[in-house]
Amino acid sequence: MTDLVSDFIEAILSLDRISAKKMLDNQNHRITPVEFIEEVVAVALERIGAEWQKGTLALSQIYMAGRICEGLVDEILPPCAPERKDQPKMAVCALSDHHKLGKIIVYSLLRASGFDLLDYATIEVEELVDRVKNDKIEVLLVSVLMLPSALKVKKVREKLTDMDVKIIVGGAPFRFDDQLWREVGADAMCQTASEAVAVIHKIMGGGL
Amino acid sequence: MSQSKMTSLQRVLTTLGHQEPDRVPLFLFVTLHGAKELGLSIKEYFSRAENVVEGQLRLRAKYRHDCIYNFFYAPVEVEAWGGEVIYCDDGPPNSGTPFIRSFEDIKTIEPPQIEKTPCLTKVLKSSQMLKEKIGNDAPIIGVVMSPFSLPVMQMGFDRYIELMYERPDLFDHLMKINEAFCVQWANAQLKAGSTAICYFDPVSSTTISTKQMYLKTGFEVAKRTIARIKGPTATHMASGRCLQIIDDIAKTGTAIIGVSGQENLAELKAVCENKLTVLGNLNGIEMRRWSSEQAEAEVKNAISQAGLGGGFILSDNHGEIPWQVPDEVLSAISEAVHKWGRYPLAWLNPKKQAKKLMVS
Repeated sequence: MTDLVSDFIEAILSLDRISAKKMLDNQNHRITPVEFIEEVVAVALERIGAEWQKGTLALSQIYMAGRICEGLVDEILPPCAPERKDQPKMAVCALSDHHKLGKIIVYSLLRASGFDLLDYATIEVEELVDRVKNDKIEVLLVSVLMLPSALKVKKVREKLTDMDVKIIVGGAPFRFDDQLWREVGADAMCQTASEAVAVIHKIMGGGL
Repeated sequence: MSQSKMTSLQRVLTTLGHQEPDRVPLFLFVTLHGAKELGLSIKEYFSRAENVVEGQLRLRAKYRHDCIYNFFYAPVEVEAWGGEVIYCDDGPPNSGTPFIRSFEDIKTIEPPQIEKTPCLTKVLKSSQMLKEKIGNDAPIIGVVMSPFSLPVMQMGFDRYIELMYERPDLFDHLMKINEAFCVQWANAQLKAGSTAICYFDPVSSTTISTKQMYLKTGFEVAKRTIARIKGPTATHMASGRCLQIIDDIAKTGTAIIGVSGQENLAELKAVCENKLTVLGNLNGIEMRRWSSEQAEAEVKNAISQAGLGGGFILSDNHGEIPWQVPDEVLSAISEAVHKWGRYPLAWLNPKKQAKKLMVS
């Protein structure tokens, strides 16, 4: 499996969709498509996320790799397919910011890892709170680029005190100040988009 | 000339020559704080050149730093192209919905004419007024977005990455248009009174692009553009990492590199030695909650890592200090530079420095 993951990483970083798809098709029932997503795609995305954190891969590669994986996973596991994970109800947003790359990567990587989630796009605090309540969201992923947007998470938390919703944050201000996520009342912070997968698993296991 | 009589400009020029001036120069990139000084909203503050001039002069008098920063806000350039700018009460104006909505739009966009674009002439007026007030006492820093990084605001980051990978023909076309505008915009600021141009290029950082990709794209764009800018430039990565590409950045013709707080300053200084002056790298996000004591410790640490031998200017790591950073912290940073930045840095043991570098 290790070799398969390495080969898959090589294919997606080379933007070679065809080879990536062949790796799935060539499994001949050795592993199911869902197992392929969990044991190959998700592991590959986690590894390239870690490489970005170390500075050996670029954000543009993470984005393009995520997009290829999302497309591949959508082919074998369409949105709302029953095989998609039994998961908490989730949504992702870019809070008060038109710089949406971080949000797009999180959305893409989570879907490529077999999760389903709502995409709130760019949204302001009041509307976000309303939608989280209406949609009965259990896990809210918030991506930001600017410090004022990061500080607005505190307002979101204050307005959602009557709901059992976990708030996971990520983005440049949180990476530059490792205390900021606690200050704004988030439940967790992810250095990379792929870290969100592990945090969601932790939530599903009752560990957060 | 006696070192104790150096002006800010002489201090900066000496360090750019990789010599030790009288003390470590301090570039306090305070933009939004000018609005606080004048008791204006951020939107009102940036609406008139006179406000920015008065704000910058007051801030320099207050913090005794070594440059005047004629930077309004990053999306002033997309505003000039017809894009949207969104103001808020506690942060820098931000770019709104991108104005390039499809790849095909790139074929027909035209750059703004500087002299007919009020948001740009306002910046030029400010530059001119600052030069009249400051003369040669301190460098006036003008700002451009690099042609390679501007598309993040022009078309959105995701679409821009896709353009680079999938439509190299249109990418080249966009670079050609952006390069022509960037050169004109930089030279107009220099003509109006700016001493040097800060070339913001975060997309070239290895946080966003691989070295291989940078060499094919941002590097070539920077070489072509900087060669046509008629004055000194400082390349700034706006918190992005650049250690792996320092030698290449030096080949673009720039004099200064603005570096990230997420890379080792001593290591950066060693790689830049005699090629580039290092500008950085206090953490502007954490700075918000520093005590005066911590501010002093952070300044001391940065000077200990990169101060020896000149070739170093102390600043934040992003090129803009957040609105939320209190005046007390800015004062403490300034005090600390004036206390610990005096050359020769007798409180430092050069042997200890070499050892620290080897360990890192």
